[in-house]
Amino acid sequence: MPLPMSITINAAETPLPDDPRVSLLDFLREHLHLSGTKMGCNQGACGACTVLVDGQRILSCLALAVQYQGRSVTSIEGLAENGALHPLQQAFVEHDGFQCGYCTPGQICSAIGMQDELRRGVPSYVTADLASDAIDASHDELRERMSGNLCRCGAYNGIAAAISAIAERPAQEAP
Amino acid sequence: MTPFTYARAADVQDAVRMGAAPGTKYLGGGTNLVDLLRETLERPAALVDVTGLSTAIEDTPGGGLLIGAAARNTALAAHRTVRTRYPLLTRAIVSGASAQIRNMATVGGNVLQRTRCTYFYDDDGARCNKRTPGQGCDAIDGFNRMHAVLGASDSCVATHPSDMCVALAALDAVVHLQGSAGTRTLALTDLHRLPEDHPEQDTLLAPGELITAIELPPLPMAARSTYRKVRDRASYAFALVSVAAALDADGGAVKDVRLALGGVAHKPWRAYKAEAALRGQPASAAAFRAAAEAELLDARPLRDNAFKIELARRTIVAVLAGLAGTGGQP
Repeated sequence: MPLPMSITINAAETPLPDDPRVSLLDFLREHLHLSGTKMGCNQGACGACTVLVDGQRILSCLALAVQYQGRSVTSIEGLAENGALHPLQQAFVEHDGFQCGYCTPGQICSAIGMQDELRRGVPSYVTADLASDAIDASHDELRERMSGNLCRCGAYNGIAAAISAIAERPAQEAP
Repeated sequence: MTPFTYARAADVQDAVRMGAAPGTKYLGGGTNLVDLLRETLERPAALVDVTGLSTAIEDTPGGGLLIGAAARNTALAAHRTVRTRYPLLTRAIVSGASAQIRNMATVGGNVLQRTRCTYFYDDDGARCNKRTPGQGCDAIDGFNRMHAVLGASDSCVATHPSDMCVALAALDAVVHLQGSAGTRTLALTDLHRLPEDHPEQDTLLAPGELITAIELPPLPMAARSTYRKVRDRASYAFALVSVAAALDADGGAVKDVRLALGGVAHKPWRAYKAEAALRGQPASAAAFRAAAEAELLDARPLRDNAFKIELARRTIVAVLAGLAGTGGQP
């Protein structure tokens, strides 16, 4: 069955751009005016443009929008439900997970994707036992797994505290 | 980016048919190619998206593993067989890039990523034989602490940036290819070239040829293997030096060993000389050091990267000692 000529953005079916050169980041920001997703380096080095595609975190600056035909993209604008912040957004507020806020949408989308990777048993460079399917969400694991998101303000301690607060919740309460 | 057409390949035949047209590039996860397009270092007339091709990771009848080239790096690293039978491959993959990039990047694309030499990227300000053949190389007399110490030439001192490929080199991985002339296989260690006089050619792939799969032969000793990466920061940086190793040293003597180095050469560097020097020797720090020195005898430093030779020597010794259970890290 051919894929639909569209992409789903925050649950809304949206026509794809005509020009295949349009990155997913530019598509979100410049075409759809969803400016929550930020452009940092535009070359895959900072993580500010992180979004979720079918629940997996990717860098929208290195993605051509046409490649994501038929897929479902969630940006920071798609996380709140019925006017209530996503628990991780709330945790960033409570734990001072930002200063200037520019990296924050990418940090939050990345951390949500990271939690799914932890649940699926995806190992990281600091995972000691590769044979185990259960990975402890330790401080070292969280920091290693979030290393693709830079914060020029250096709000890392607050970011790690916010993510830890969510990661430590029992699975049924996790978002 | 310069204009290009985009098409999604339905299957390998479809991809190769479209890929035969001059100026066509295959597109995987885009984590390297989209950057090169944006920098106009790549100016293809057409992109053929091959991410819809096989992502399967399957046991082979001989006890190895066949990995579809469109499998994502994360999927390969997390695969239970890889984690338990080829742990050096999982460790190599998860040492590279970031989680976001590993979720996007395909296995085939990882193999074909281009150097991160800053002079290669500096289209406006620097000469580069890899980017513009015959232009000259500004890295050789420039800031070259990240550059090659093994197998470089007067034309190019760039390094291959992949971590995954270093593990694949140690594992004797086989690359399955399909072109308009048919299918063939190449050892991964033969796929990438040394620069010699033609650094613009990264690999021995023919025009339009497509990587369809990577095959890992059975290697029971790889159950005791690892990958160690030394870099300027703890995570999310390219290697200064990396070491992939598997060791079979039951009873104190080295029965067999696999060793490959990253960050030191234009290709993933299989350390055949060190392996030969070590087989049959005691699994001791002295023997590990002698093996490392046998490999690094050919190393040639540039102005800023002599430290890599000593760093490689020490990292090889530490990794092998760890695998032998005589110290170092696992």
